[in-house]
Amino acid sequence: MTTNGATSDRQPGKLRLGMYWASSCGGCDISLLEIGEHLLELIEVADIVLWPCVADFKYRTVADYPDGYIDVCLFNGGIRSSEQEQIARLVRRKSRTLVAYGACAMDGGIPALANLKSTREIFDAVYHSNPSLQNPGHVEPQTHWATPQGDLELPRLYPQVLRLADVVEVDYQIPGCPPVGTQVWKVLQAVVAGEVPARNAAVRVGCDNRSVCDECHREKRKVRIKEFKRPHLAIPEPNWCLLEQGFVCLGASTRSGCGALCPKAELTCRGCYGSAGLATDQGTAMLSAIGSVMDAVTEDRANELVGQIADPTGTFYRFRLASSTLKAHR
Amino acid sequence: MSQVETVQPPAETETPLAWEPRIIAFLCYWCSYTGADNAGTSRLKYPANVDIIRVMCSGRVDPDLIMIAFAQGADGVMVCGCHIGDCHYIAGNHKTMTRMPLLSRVLQDFGIEPERFVHEWVSAAEGDKFARLVRQVTEQVRQVGPLDWPGRMYRRGVGHGEDLQPWGDQA
Repeated sequence: MTTNGATSDRQPGKLRLGMYWASSCGGCDISLLEIGEHLLELIEVADIVLWPCVADFKYRTVADYPDGYIDVCLFNGGIRSSEQEQIARLVRRKSRTLVAYGACAMDGGIPALANLKSTREIFDAVYHSNPSLQNPGHVEPQTHWATPQGDLELPRLYPQVLRLADVVEVDYQIPGCPPVGTQVWKVLQAVVAGEVPARNAAVRVGCDNRSVCDECHREKRKVRIKEFKRPHLAIPEPNWCLLEQGFVCLGASTRSGCGALCPKAELTCRGCYGSAGLATDQGTAMLSAIGSVMDAVTEDRANELVGQIADPTGTFYRFRLASSTLKAHR
Repeated sequence: MSQVETVQPPAETETPLAWEPRIIAFLCYWCSYTGADNAGTSRLKYPANVDIIRVMCSGRVDPDLIMIAFAQGADGVMVCGCHIGDCHYIAGNHKTMTRMPLLSRVLQDFGIEPERFVHEWVSAAEGDKFARLVRQVTEQVRQVGPLDWPGRMYRRGVGHGEDLQPWGDQA
């Protein structure tokens, strides 16, 4: 079905690069521009053959490409609708190397938090109960619509956000929300030079294999958490571990590679680079970690501290709900 | 009447086996497992719905193991350890004490009722407490009904796009 030649044995000539977006915010497309002046070097060696964000490519144009025409396709965004799955399958067939680019394609990302709600609840919130909305006719999107010119078939919303790897075979993963520009450029350089690692969906490129704490400059004072604070209600002390101060920082369970950008800016790590080490479920890894540093010796105190954590599910699984063990609301 | 129409579907008189709750219990080696042993040697009766997994310490039970138990079809999960202050490893159960209420909140966000997940302290001498706890948990899980997480996820439709043609195949 798909041609799976390695990037290094591609046809002579310019590299053909693609980028596609599915259920994502567009930040990943912008992050490719973050490589800055290297973009000019990239254009020297590569042709962009698919990038809906910057140029007009029709689906038909892509469908008419021969199979395996695109050398590397960076696919960002999760799979939310039937259209996105259809395009993912098309792009998979037309690409020799398909990369899940960014947290959404890799793990569902922020949109996957909606997996905690049913499609009905989402439709109610978006089309009916939203206070800023006026929808007296209770109009909802339809998948089928008859017009005098002919019948329209429109994409349907899936009951949950899926990862790219849930619908097609993925060759590499680049984590991040969005991936950091320097890391993206490193990966692109490797692709241009043909120095890519062996093809394996488990391989994450553009990141390191340690945790964000390893890159963080903040000092650990070996104290236990006495109170949980929310970032908008307290000002953190500079240069002291945010978790020890009581801010729920996910650095301990998050893969490094970003350079600890958020803790450097006095913000807690959100966990966008995915799980670190051998952990498969970032949320429970963080839950375990945070449970072992609470200053509680009685059950009442433990319950009090636990009650201070706002929205534990949304915090621990902010970018990884589609990759979690349970995946979605029942 | 054609031949095909005379073929009868399987008889519906065969009722499937009644559903029984399947409960996974993580018991610590030093107190709770010995407590369960105590219930056995004391000939106390408790439902056979519980599958016991012995661990060295309740603080060793990674919350992911509990998630995996539910994801693979358990209807309920119990975690039992030594009473606070009695831990063989001094503070192992302090980790259980903080993690389990937090995990309970997360499980509820996923739609798993609090009745399905119980953590309790059972000492080596409390065989009667263990038997009572199993009876109580089995009954409350029976009240909330089957969870069937694998079936639910399948019906929600991971892989539901199998019938979709890749774009360009229609022409």
